Amino acid sequence: MSPRITAAIAARVLTQLRRDHRTLVIMLVLPCLLISLLWWMFDDLPGDTFDRLGPALLAMFPFIVMFLVTSVTTLRERSGGTLERLLAMPMGKLDFLFGYAIAFGLVAAVQSALAVALSVGLLDLSIEGPVWLLTVVAVGDAVLGSALGLFVSAFARTEFQAVQFMPALVIPQILLCGLFVPRFALPEILEAVSDVLPLSYAVDAMQQLTTSASTGEVWTDLAVVAAYAVAGLALGAGTLRRRSE
Amino acid sequence: MMNNAVEVASLAVVRGRREVLHGLDFTIPVGQVTGLLGPSGCGKSTLMRVLVGVQAGVTGTATVFGEPAGAKALRHRVGYVTQAPSVYDDLSVTENLAFFARVLGVDRAEATRCIEAVDLVDHADDVVARLSGGQRSRASLAVALLGNPSMLVLDEPTVGLDPVLREDLWQMFHRLADDGVAVLVSSHVMDEAERCDRLLLMRDGVFIADGTPTEIKEKAGVDDIEQAFLAIVRGEAA
Repeated sequence: MSPRITAAIAARVLTQLRRDHRTLVIMLVLPCLLISLLWWMFDDLPGDTFDRLGPALLAMFPFIVMFLVTSVTTLRERSGGTLERLLAMPMGKLDFLFGYAIAFGLVAAVQSALAVALSVGLLDLSIEGPVWLLTVVAVGDAVLGSALGLFVSAFARTEFQAVQFMPALVIPQILLCGLFVPRFALPEILEAVSDVLPLSYAVDAMQQLTTSASTGEVWTDLAVVAAYAVAGLALGAGTLRRRSE
Repeated sequence: MMNNAVEVASLAVVRGRREVLHGLDFTIPVGQVTGLLGPSGCGKSTLMRVLVGVQAGVTGTATVFGEPAGAKALRHRVGYVTQAPSVYDDLSVTENLAFFARVLGVDRAEATRCIEAVDLVDHADDVVARLSGGQRSRASLAVALLGNPSMLVLDEPTVGLDPVLREDLWQMFHRLADDGVAVLVSSHVMDEAERCDRLLLMRDGVFIADGTPTEIKEKAGVDDIEQAFLAIVRGEAA
């Protein structure tokens, strides 16, 4: 692995994104619009539903968006011959993976900063813990999404298939992350499943930050998310074969 | 003094359950343009992928400059152009070249030199997606020239190009060979054969002829390579 090559890949991915105005706007603005929509829905109702659901959404957006973007872009690299060319050059697999993770991690940081600023600043989402930590959790989620996206891109032959992996891998995590039914109230088997899904920990971390000023548990949750992201990258590295059929 | 860039013995490749290359033995010398000619699907691309070290299912030996094909030390020394232009559609020609130059650790001036070498200076700032097919494959070729590689493996680099430009590129291949580069060019167009110093004619995963264009034509007793190809195939069938 070489810092020069990793940086070259991250810079290239960012240049490509900068070119693609539509994708960039969707990535940065859409989460803000959806959070505003959620706030508006509950605005006239009694209770603090927005405070309960908002943090979970802040955890989900970077995860979903980065999953989609990474799986499609790496699939393009695989099918377009550029990955083959890079693998015939002095590029390590980790350069490729970390290059992508860094680029999308940065985009996720901007995306989350915007969403968090909007939620806390304009929409009065109440946060007990430090606001910056909310962004750190969001970046962790984004890297997790990138890692999983990279991994599944190995199993898709077309961009159409890659997009279909989203409902298969992401929606179950959304359903079981504690957003609809608190995780402890789930049937035993589903609770066990929920315990091994990484998004559950990301949502736990976000909810912890909104309800309590102590950050110990947040770091534990964040460590679990990071571990899953590293495992995803390692699996992704396994699918990048220098020699292929 | 090593004169052979590539030395291959009993090379076979299995893809899926099918063997696509069947026990090849050959060498590729430095300082020559070697043409790998044969119909599409005969195994040319697979063979080239073996030489750059990205093909799986390989048995036998393939060495490039004395190292196993694809060895780490070779990745700076071998320039490779895949059949489909492998450059980023959403970046400009300059941005593509600058990116690959950074991966290879060569400077920006080298990127400019390679853009000039393939005559894309006028389109240097155009996004690749807006270029014609020929311009795109030249952009891809420019990447392979980065860092003055000792061997060039070019998979159909001249397909669909304007004849004038094709002539220019062949002249460039010969200039590079004169400087001591081993140039391997594949084509399914038999009329490009005459431009090579040496030919490997391929069909169904085996070589049916190996020699200079003149030798091959004389041996088959005909005046062009297409006829020679037919004569050899019919001779084998008989």
